Amino acid sequence: MKIGFYPGCSMKGGAREYQESVSALARVFDIELVEIPDWNCCGATAAHNLNKELSLSLPARIMALAEREGLTDIVVPCAACYNRLSLVQHELGADATLKSKVCSIIDLKYEGTTQILNIIQFIDKYITDKLEEKVVKPFNYNAACYYGCLLVRPHAILNFDRVEDPQSMDVLVTKAGGNAIDWAFKTECCGAGMSVSRTDTVARLSGEIMKDANDRKADFIIVACPMCHSNLDMRRPEINKYLGENITMPVLYISQVLGLAVGLDAKTLGLNRHMTEVIFPEKPVKAAADIPQKVVTTQKMEA
Amino acid sequence: MSRIGVFVCHCGENISATVDCEKVARISGELKGVEFSADYKYMCSDPGQTMLKDAIREHKLDGVVVAACSPRMHEPTFRNACAEAGLNPYLCEMSNIREHCSWVHPKSDLTTDKAESLVRVMVEKVKKNKALNSIKVPVTRTALVIGGGVAGIQAALDIANCGHKVVMVEKLPSIGGHMSQLSETFPTLDCSQCILTPRMVEVAQHPNITLYTYAEVESVDGFIGNFKVKVRKKSKSLDEHLCTGCGLCTTKCPQKKIPNEFERGLGFRPAIYVPFPQAVPNKPVIDRENCTYYIKGKCKVCEIVCPTKAIRFDQEDEIVEVDCGAIVLATGFDVLKPDFFPEYGYGKYKDVIDGLQFERLASASGPTQGMIRRPSDGEIPKKIVFVACAGSRDPAKGIEYCSKICCMYTAKHAMLYKHKVHDGTPYVFYMDIRAGGKNYEEFVRRAIVEDETHYVRGRVSTIYEKNGKLIVKGVDTLMGAQPVEIEADMVVLATAGVANKGSEELAQTVHVSYDAHKFFAEAHPKLKPVETNTAGIFLAGACQAPKDIPESVAAASGAAVKVAALFSNDLLTREPLIAVVNRQAPPVYSSCVGCFLCQSVCPYQAIEREEIKNRNGEVIRTLAKVNEGLCQGCGTCVALCRTKAIDIYGYSNQQVYSEIMALLND
Repeated sequence: MKIGFYPGCSMKGGAREYQESVSALARVFDIELVEIPDWNCCGATAAHNLNKELSLSLPARIMALAEREGLTDIVVPCAACYNRLSLVQHELGADATLKSKVCSIIDLKYEGTTQILNIIQFIDKYITDKLEEKVVKPFNYNAACYYGCLLVRPHAILNFDRVEDPQSMDVLVTKAGGNAIDWAFKTECCGAGMSVSRTDTVARLSGEIMKDANDRKADFIIVACPMCHSNLDMRRPEINKYLGENITMPVLYISQVLGLAVGLDAKTLGLNRHMTEVIFPEKPVKAAADIPQKVVTTQKMEA
Repeated sequence: MSRIGVFVCHCGENISATVDCEKVARISGELKGVEFSADYKYMCSDPGQTMLKDAIREHKLDGVVVAACSPRMHEPTFRNACAEAGLNPYLCEMSNIREHCSWVHPKSDLTTDKAESLVRVMVEKVKKNKALNSIKVPVTRTALVIGGGVAGIQAALDIANCGHKVVMVEKLPSIGGHMSQLSETFPTLDCSQCILTPRMVEVAQHPNITLYTYAEVESVDGFIGNFKVKVRKKSKSLDEHLCTGCGLCTTKCPQKKIPNEFERGLGFRPAIYVPFPQAVPNKPVIDRENCTYYIKGKCKVCEIVCPTKAIRFDQEDEIVEVDCGAIVLATGFDVLKPDFFPEYGYGKYKDVIDGLQFERLASASGPTQGMIRRPSDGEIPKKIVFVACAGSRDPAKGIEYCSKICCMYTAKHAMLYKHKVHDGTPYVFYMDIRAGGKNYEEFVRRAIVEDETHYVRGRVSTIYEKNGKLIVKGVDTLMGAQPVEIEADMVVLATAGVANKGSEELAQTVHVSYDAHKFFAEAHPKLKPVETNTAGIFLAGACQAPKDIPESVAAASGAAVKVAALFSNDLLTREPLIAVVNRQAPPVYSSCVGCFLCQSVCPYQAIEREEIKNRNGEVIRTLAKVNEGLCQGCGTCVALCRTKAIDIYGYSNQQVYSEIMALLND
């Protein structure tokens, strides 16, 4: 099975382990990821602040190239790239004039027919069904699934998961044998691109996220976005300084969690590349009383 | 040769802005059979109607076309005017050049052309109109009130006090509705129970009111003045005549942990229960879903302890047929289930509750005897955050409208809390304070000034638990969008008022229309607020839109007056636009061949069999005959009749063909 793969800049740089783990996971399930040839930058946060046409054309070119290759699905592991591609597809789909204009700018035929999948949608579509039978080493830890902002917003366009209290990653972690804890900072801002310009802001925002996960006895934070990962992982010294604590909790990508569960080794999944060392807690299963229980029922209102 | 008058209305600028009304009148005047034509700014006004009447008399008109708005708006107006001028009202027709033309097209010659065509079509129809006489039908002077909340109670008492019979149907074991759950009411803070319970008792004791509780409407047939309603009285598993309401059974029932609906899940009740101590009727019902006997086949403790042997485990549902002349829908509202807000943690955190639950906490008869204690540990909360607009005015949650009552009850909650917990601090997050109403704004000011409620203008983004406190994160938009974080002991969500569950099904059963939010639709938002589009069915209270108590009661009295007015007639006048089977001279009698296909499709059971007998009394033909009282003029039989023996007065095949030909011959 061939599926388009758009790495974006981070998979080739700061988040190499994300690409490595996604690729390794895909191999386990006999999925061939085809990197879109001659791909370009998605425009990230910069383009749509500078030039509207540029911000539309960059993602449109990526999707046009995928169409030319005959790829019907593109998996976009980076949440920011996923967000840009989806939004552009939506905007051009709603405005034929704009679409033809963008086509002339990129000098390629763009139909908007490819399906853009984020990492969770990709796993749900191609892997989830077969996941449980392949799990050989259950991920037997308390995991705080952190979704951040771009994966689920804007809800009206992405229509992916519950916007204020998403559940999809929790479901995957549970299927991998983990205990997805109930916590309060699932979609709070990590500080995003302020990482360089205002590191103090990132330390504060990411710090609150780390603190809540730590207070609720999580062993790992699980993410699906390279930006979130870099803030929570790389900025750990600043975070710890802000909190006045020494939190050593590792931050894993969801693809790494599933990779571990299906028996891939740490090196293949790039666990060695994290800034915060990935150490597996000795006693993975905590006393039941210490683990915040996930509540799924609501108060009974009626007979 | 016809002498038709055409009157073109400008409707202020509603029509004349896009249609050249003068030209339409001029061109129409040249049509064959048109004797007189004119245009006027407001045909429906007194001068407009006078012009119409004068023209009828002066030009001896035998048909009238008024080109104006929808016939739903003013057909009766113009038909009455014609009647006053001595013309049979059914010789007057309306041509809708507003909704069907001027409102939907831009100003252009084409738009005027279309208006001319619409008038021409109607002129051709009127040429074939027949003088008709309205039908008189008797009225059953009994009203059915569906719903026993404050609106239903008010409507029932008002109608009953006019001397008419009322049948009240309530779904739950007791009447009282949401109002019986409330603690105190705004803006006077009088106790809800004290003002409502006497009215409940009055309903039960009124000689003109028959009360069916634990009952639901199963089907509605018939029409204004003559409805036939089937009511399902659900089995209470109890002989109500023997039961004295002593309550022994409810204390001995071994099932004690069923969430109490009346307490909104904040307390428990047994399987045989009276919903609340002041219930009317004050007799228990068995909740069969939770009763040990019905689940496991043994127990019967209630039967053993009952001193009057009133328990009936084998009692079945009973269907009661009610003949009534009018129906008042007063089924009320519900509050949105807050699972819409995973970010607010309702259901996850015990101390995040909704407004109705807070009412129960503040109520003297509630689970805490009126002490404000939080559900998780029974502690008295020192800081409560009230979140207004939890769902209302929020298109993302699917509710664009304002629920109207929440601003006021939230202010009341803050007040009640402060009155009971003097050292407590209430916070209110709000979007706008909507306190339109007599003494309403003053009431909110009192909450802010005298009771020191902290009003924060902004939305709450998320609520989570930390170290036993509820962290409420929000924004203060009056402080430059400053993020606010409050460590609260309890949170109360003013969730949106929504249509009752099952209101859609009920609307379909009763045959009334409803809006996108499943609230029942009024006939006109301004001038017919308590009428529905179905004649003889009226609306009272919050089943039409969120309403507070004063508004619900006002609407209920309004509906009651409409019912009383209806019942003041001995006979009702009905439009004669009904189906008719043609009759011819013997030996043909009719083109009806007596196949009675029409009978099988008639939704109103209006087709009867008529036998034609010869002089010897032998039946020689059996023909279909339409019951004038039952026929609603839907036309289904006309479409089915294979010998074209049935027609509808006012919409005959001939008339419709003439209209089509008028268009095609253009």
